[in-house]
Amino acid sequence: MPRVSARPARRGRWSAFVALVLVAVMADDLGAEYADVVLNKRAEREGMRPVVFPHWFHRIRFRCKVCHSELGFEMRAGANDVTMDEITQGKFCGMCHNDEIAWGVDNCDLCHSGRPGLRSGIYGGHQTLGPGRW
Amino acid sequence: MTYGACDVLNISVRRILLTLTLTLCTAWTHAGEWKSLLEDGIHDPAGPAIGILQQPAEALGILPPDVTGNKVRWRKALEDGYINPRASLAPDTRIRQLDTNILMRNTGDLPYVLFPHKPHTEWLDCSNCHERIFKSKTGATPMTMLAILNGQYCGQCHGAVAFPLTECGRCHSVPATEAGNAASVR
Ligand code: HEC
Ligand code: HEC
Ligand code: HEC
Ligand code: HEC
Ligand code: HEC
Ligand code: HEC
Repeated sequence: MPRVSARPARRGRWSAFVALVLVAVMADDLGAEYADVVLNKRAEREGMRPVVFPHWFHRIRFRCKVCHSELGFEMRAGANDVTMDEITQGKFCGMCHNDEIAWGVDNCDLCHSGRPGLRSGIYGGHQTLGPGRW
Repeated sequence: MTYGACDVLNISVRRILLTLTLTLCTAWTHAGEWKSLLEDGIHDPAGPAIGILQQPAEALGILPPDVTGNKVRWRKALEDGYINPRASLAPDTRIRQLDTNILMRNTGDLPYVLFPHKPHTEWLDCSNCHERIFKSKTGATPMTMLAILNGQYCGQCHGAVAFPLTECGRCHSVPATEAGNAASVR
């Protein structure tokens, strides 16, 4: 009898343990998740910090459709092949960061603000948190 | 069948561990505050932009609160006028909106999913979803929760930018017994 009933109990402890570990893994990223996008295809290789694009900051000012429909940003991290030349010519971020809608491209450090070594991609959200990753 | 002391002990150990886990889960998921840019793991603490860039807490702390994600109830923030983000840059851009609901009933034991077009088209254009992610025909897009958790379908935005997938009840919001016929059903 005790042996038999010990199994579900152990399983109970085991699943609680698994749940705790999962929660601990998640806890790493808890606190608000900002959905910041890091763009670092070329920046760091060419001597600049990676670029951090903050969704939360921009969505207070613009609806998604402005960037992802009107301005044509693909809705997938890494899908837009952004280069500094094109920005300076008024494409991508440069459609707004042109000293008219927002401050211009001479403010290098405001965009190139990422920690060295960051990989391109979205940070926070389903890429770092949630069963999809396990 | 009677329980021995061992069984009782085992059962209560299990229950205590479960309760503990759930409590910790809730505490952890609901605890976080807005991390400062210095400690978000993304910004270079030694860079010159720290101190110039806006701290998330400053901008987000005054919006309707949420328990997860950005900790902002973005739908409410927009509908109640806390924010009024621009819908277009050019004056002649067509702004399209739609107010229909779709009831999704392939949900196993969980409540049905109610997909509302309105809060989506406030933020998004039709082309952000149609026809790339979803067909404009009720029932034409085969979806599973696993695919969603993997970042497809609803998971393309929910989790990354919109409220996260841990909020089951915000999508699975219509108990089968309360499903009326106000919505397009799939
Ligand atoms: C100011 C412009 C701008 C606004 C407004 C904006 N985005 Fe984005 N979004 C971007 C950029 C830039 C990227 C990154 C593209 C890249 O890396 O190539 C991106 C990436 C994404 C991605 C891809 C994430 C991934 O996992 O790959 C999603 C999803 C997304 N945005 C959804 C939204 C939603 C939903 C909204 C509105 C609530 C929104 N965006 C508002 C500019 C914007
Ligand atoms: C739809 C217009 C638009 C686009 C596109 C856009 N931005 Fe912005 N951005 C703004 C505006 C407006 C501000 C606020 C300017 C101000 O405060 O004067 C801003 C501010 C910022 C800030 C400063 C945030 C802070 O904390 O003060 C950063 C960083 C930034 N943008 C990066 C980017 C990057 C990187 C891209 C391209 C991937 C981009 N933006 C594309 C409109 C845009
Ligand atoms: C509005 C935001 C923004 C500003 C301001 C900005 N950059 Fe960039 N920059 C980007 C983005 C986005 C990329 C593409 C990042 C990537 O994927 O490597 C980029 C890429 C680069 C690259 C990589 C090579 C290339 O040509 O794409 C260099 C070098 C660079 N920027 C230098 C600068 C310098 C110098 C300044 C100031 C004069 C500056 N940037 C200002 C957003 C900005
Ligand atoms: C956030 C994503 C999203 C956006 C944005 C969106 N839709 Fe949909 N739409 C859906 C989904 C999901 C379905 C259901 C598809 C299915 O059941 O296979 C749907 C179904 C439809 C249908 C068929 C059902 C019905 O309600 O009649 C039409 C028509 C439609 N959409 C039109 C539009 C139009 C027009 C817009 C822009 C004003 C739009 N949608 C914006 C996600 C979206
Ligand atoms: C962003 C919206 C959304 C959230 C959040 C969400 N679901 Fe779903 N779920 C769906 C949709 C859409 C379907 C497919 C419905 C259909 O095809 O009729 C689905 C289907 C399901 C199914 C049916 C079986 C299957 O695998 O497709 C289960 C079970 C399920 N979800 C569980 C959950 C659980 C548990 C959570 C919370 C952790 C959750 N869902 C959160 C949208 C969501
Ligand atoms: C293209 C991006 C995108 C896709 C795809 C998407 N959503 Fe959303 N959804 C949003 C945004 C943005 C909001 C506004 C609230 C927010 O940002 O948290 C929203 C809000 C909602 C809300 C209202 C939440 C509230 O606070 O009341 C529900 C419910 C919802 N989505 C369900 C779904 C379901 C179900 C699907 C898949 C069938 C889906 N969404 C697909 C972007 C998306």
